[in-house]
Amino acid sequence: MSTHHHHEQDFLFKYIFSTDHKMISKQFLITGFIMGFIGMIMSTLFRLQLGWPGESFWIVDKLLGSWAENGVMAPDKYLALVTMHGTIMVFFLLTAGLSGTFSNLLIPLQIGARDMASGFLNMLSYWFFFVSSVIMLISLGVEGGAASAGWTIYPPLSALPQAIPGSGLGMTLWLISMAIFIISSLLGSLNYVVTILNLRTKGMTMTRMPLTVWAFLFTALIGIVSFPVLLSAAILLIFDRSFGTSFYLSDIFIGGQVLEYSGGSPILFEHLFWFLGHPEVYIVLLPSLGITSEIISTMSRKPIFGYRAMIGSMLAIAFLSTIVWGHHMFVTGMNPFLGAVFTFTTLLIAIPSAVKVFNYLTTLWKGNIKFSPATLFSIGLVSTFISGGLTGLILGDSALDINVHDTYFVVGHFHIVMGLSAVFGMFAGVYHWFPKLFGRMMDNKIGSIHFWITIVCSYGVFFPMHFLGLAGVPRRYYTNSEFPLFENLIDINVVISTFAIVIAFGQLLFLYNFLYSALRGPKAPQNPWDSNSLEWTTPVEHIHGNWPGEIPEVHRWPYDYSKVDESGEFVGGNDFIPQTTPLFQNEKNEKH
Amino acid sequence: MMIILVSVTVLLIVISVAQILKIAELSAVSRGEKVYHISEKENKLQAILMLVFLVFYFSFFAWQYLKWGKYMLPISASEHGVGIDNLMNVTWALIIPVFIITHILLFWFAFKYSFNKNRKAIFFAHSNKLELIWTLLPSLALTVLILYGLNNWNKIMTPVNPEKEHVLIEVVGQQFSWGARYAGADGKLGRANVNFIEGANFMGVDSTDKNANDDIIVKGEFHVPVNVPVQFIFRSNDVIHSAYMPHFRAQMNCVPGIKTHFNFVPIITTAEMKKITKNDKFDYLLLCNKICGAAHYNMQMNIIVDTKEDYQKWLSSQKQFSQNN
Ligand code: HEM
Ligand SMILES: [Cu+2]
Ligand SMILES: [Cu+2]
Repeated sequence: MSTHHHHEQDFLFKYIFSTDHKMISKQFLITGFIMGFIGMIMSTLFRLQLGWPGESFWIVDKLLGSWAENGVMAPDKYLALVTMHGTIMVFFLLTAGLSGTFSNLLIPLQIGARDMASGFLNMLSYWFFFVSSVIMLISLGVEGGAASAGWTIYPPLSALPQAIPGSGLGMTLWLISMAIFIISSLLGSLNYVVTILNLRTKGMTMTRMPLTVWAFLFTALIGIVSFPVLLSAAILLIFDRSFGTSFYLSDIFIGGQVLEYSGGSPILFEHLFWFLGHPEVYIVLLPSLGITSEIISTMSRKPIFGYRAMIGSMLAIAFLSTIVWGHHMFVTGMNPFLGAVFTFTTLLIAIPSAVKVFNYLTTLWKGNIKFSPATLFSIGLVSTFISGGLTGLILGDSALDINVHDTYFVVGHFHIVMGLSAVFGMFAGVYHWFPKLFGRMMDNKIGSIHFWITIVCSYGVFFPMHFLGLAGVPRRYYTNSEFPLFENLIDINVVISTFAIVIAFGQLLFLYNFLYSALRGPKAPQNPWDSNSLEWTTPVEHIHGNWPGEIPEVHRWPYDYSKVDESGEFVGGNDFIPQTTPLFQNEKNEKH
Repeated sequence: MMIILVSVTVLLIVISVAQILKIAELSAVSRGEKVYHISEKENKLQAILMLVFLVFYFSFFAWQYLKWGKYMLPISASEHGVGIDNLMNVTWALIIPVFIITHILLFWFAFKYSFNKNRKAIFFAHSNKLELIWTLLPSLALTVLILYGLNNWNKIMTPVNPEKEHVLIEVVGQQFSWGARYAGADGKLGRANVNFIEGANFMGVDSTDKNANDDIIVKGEFHVPVNVPVQFIFRSNDVIHSAYMPHFRAQMNCVPGIKTHFNFVPIITTAEMKKITKNDKFDYLLLCNKICGAAHYNMQMNIIVDTKEDYQKWLSSQKQFSQNN
C-alpha cells in the first residue's frame, strides 16, 4: 500500500493535508492574508461612506451590489461591514493568521524539534480554521446580510432578527463559524504548549528559549484559559436564539409585541464575552512582541536587554489580562466597587508594558542596527505600542472612561495599540522569516517603501480619531452628519478616509513583493541575518524532520551578539555565537 | 474633489509600481551571493528617514491639535465633569511628555546607532538597577493616577441623597428614540414594564399604580434645572442602548430587564452655554452610544438646562400621565 503512491496523492498530502508544521504554517499565513485583505477592503469601503457620507461610489456599487442601492451603502449594511471587518481582523488575520503562522513555523525550529507534538491535531487545527473562514465568508451572501451587531455581538441585538436583519441567518453562521474557529484555536494552542514543554532539544532549557517561543507559550496559555468561555457564551446565545431559552434576554418589546423571554441578563453575556475579549487583545499582541524582541536584538547585534524581565513582564501581562475584562463594562451599571477593582488591575498592566518599552529602547541603545524591513516594522511596533498604550491609561481609568467609552477615541486607541502593533509584528515576522518560509529573500527596497507608506498612513488614519472621540463622536455610526454638534468634524473624516485609501493601495506593494519573492526571489542563504537561534541551522529547502541528521545540541542562550573578551575582540571571531556553539575555553558562563 | 483625489492616488500608485518593477529588475541583476545585504548607503538612508519620521509625527500631532483641538467638547456643564476634566488634564500632563521622550529616544537611537562596520555594539544584557528604576517609576505614577481616579469615580457613582432636593428622571431608550419620565410632585415614579406598553404609553407605565398618576412623560427633549442634582434611572424596551450626554461627561447603558443609574448636577444653563460657545443653535444632547440597530447613528434627544423658575414653568405646562389616559 505505502509503496504504491500516486502522484496526485503525493500532491494532496504534501500541500493540502500536510502534517508538516512548516507547510501548515504557510497555509495559515496565506489563508490569514486573504482574510486580512478582505477585511481591509471592507474598511476602505466603509471609510468611503464616513468620509463622504451619502455620496455614490462606483466601487461601492460594484462590490456591494444589493447592499448599496446606487452606490450608497445602507445603514444596516454599514454595520454588517464594520462587524465583519472587526471579526476578520481580530480573529482571522491576527489570531489564526499570526499565531498560526509563527507558532507553527518557529516553535519546532527554535526549540529543536522534528515537528509539533501531534502533527495530526495540527493539521486538524488548520482545517477547522479553513472551514470557519469559509463559513464566515459565506455569511456575507445570505438573506438579511452578515452579522451586524458589532464584533462584540451583544444580545439582545444579536439575538433578535427583528432588531436588525443581520441577526438572522447571518448571525447563525457567525456563531457556527466562531465555534469552529475556537476549536481550531484550542487544538493549536494545546499542541503548542505540549510541544514547548516536552520536545525541546538537549540543552534547550526554558531560559535558553528565544523570546518568540516564550511569547507563543503565553499566548497559547491565555487562549486555552479564555476561548472556552467564549465558546460557552456562544452556545448559550445559540440556545437563546433558536431554542427559546432566556440566558441573556428579559423584558423585551420589539416589533410591536412583547417577547416571552424573562429573567435573563445581557450583562452576563458581556462578562463572558470580555473574559475572552480582553485576553484576546494580548493573544493578538504577544506573538508580535515576541517576534519583534527577537528581530530587534538580532538586527541591532545586541543581546535583548533584560531577557528575564521580558519573560517576567509577559507573564505578568498574561496573568493580569485575565482579570481586567471589566474595564469594557464601566458604564453597564456594574457595582462601582467592582469598577474600582477593574481600574486598579487595568492600570497595573501599564507597569510590565512600560518595562517592555524601556527594554526595547535599551536594546537599541549603542547597538549596530541594520535596517531590514523587519527591523523597520519592529521599530514601528515600539512606536505604536507606546502611542496606543498611553491612551489606555485614559480608557482604563473608570472616571475618565465615562466620557470616552464607545467613542472614536476607543477606535483610535485599540487600532494603534493592538491593530497596528500586531500587524507590524506580523509584517516584521514575514520579512524576517521569509527565507525560512519560502527559501527565498524578499526585496528590501520595496519592503522599506512599504514600511514608510504604512506607518505614515496608519497614524494618518488612526491618530485623528482621538480628536473625533474627544469631540464626542460615538463609534459604529453610519454617519455623523445628523448632528449639528459634529458639523465641523467632516474634514477630519475626509483626512482619515484619504489616508485609508492610500494605505490600502500601499499594501499592494507588499502583495507584489510577497508573491514575486515567493516565486522568483533570490535564493536564501542558510543564515541571512547572522542569527543565533536554531532555526537558521536547518537546511534552506524544507525537509521532513527539519534536520537531516541529529538534532543539534544547545549550549547557550540565543542572544550572544557582539560578545567580546578582555582584549575587546569578538568571542569566537564573529559578532554572533549560534546557540549550537559550545562555550569557548576562557569564556565566562554568565547567567542572564 | 473625490475624483481628483482618487485619480491622484491611482497615478501615484502607477508611478510607484513602475518604479518598483525597475528596482526589481536591478535587484535581479545584482542577484548573487549577498542580495539580502543592505548596503551602508541604504542603511544610512533608513537611519535618516527615522529622524524625518520623528519630525513628521510630532508636527502631524501639533497640526491636528491646532486644527481640531478647538472642536473638542466645550467646558464641562456638570459639577463632576469639572473633576473629570481636571483628572483628564493631569493624565495628559503625564502621558504627553512620556510620549515625546520615548519617541525621541526610540528614533534617535535608531538614527544614532545605525550600522557602521567600524564600530562594535556593546554587550549589555541586563542591569538590575535600571530595571528596578523603570519598574518603580511607572508604579509611582500609576499609584497617583489610580488614587486620584478612584477618588473621582467614587464621588461620581454615589447616588443622590433622596432626602435632599433633587429631580428624579427616568430615561428609556427604544429603537430609535428616547423618552423621559419625571416623578412628579410625589417624587415617586409609577411602576413600569414592557408588558404595559400600548399605544401612546410607550414607556409601559402601569396605570393602576397611584404613583404613576402625576408622572410626566416627554419625548424629543427634556428639561432640567441648573444647580439641582438630577438622579437618572435608565431602562430600555428592546436592545441595549447607551445614554451619552457628552457635555455633562455622563454616560450609562440602558439595558433591557435592568435599571441602571447615574446622577449629575448641571451647572451651566443652555442659554449661558450658547454664549460661551458663541453659537445660537447650541443644544445639549443625549445620544445613543451603544450599537442598537440600523438607525443607531440617529437616536437623539435634546437636553435643556433651565433656571429653576423656567424649569418649573416648563414642567407645569406638561401633561400628567393620568391626564393622557
Ligand atoms: C486598513 C486599515 C484599517 C482601517 C482603515 C480601519 C478602520 C476602522 C474603522 C473606521 C472602524 C470603526 C467603524 C465604526 O465604529 O463605525 C473600525 C472598526 C474596527 N476595526 Fe478596523 N481598520 C483597519 C484595520 C484594522 C485592523 C488591523 C484591526 C485588527 C485589530 C481592526 C480591528 C477593528 C475592530 C475590532 C473594529 C471594531 C468593530 C466593531 O465596532 O464591531 N481594524 N476599523
Ligand atoms: Cu480589555
Ligand atoms: Cu440606540
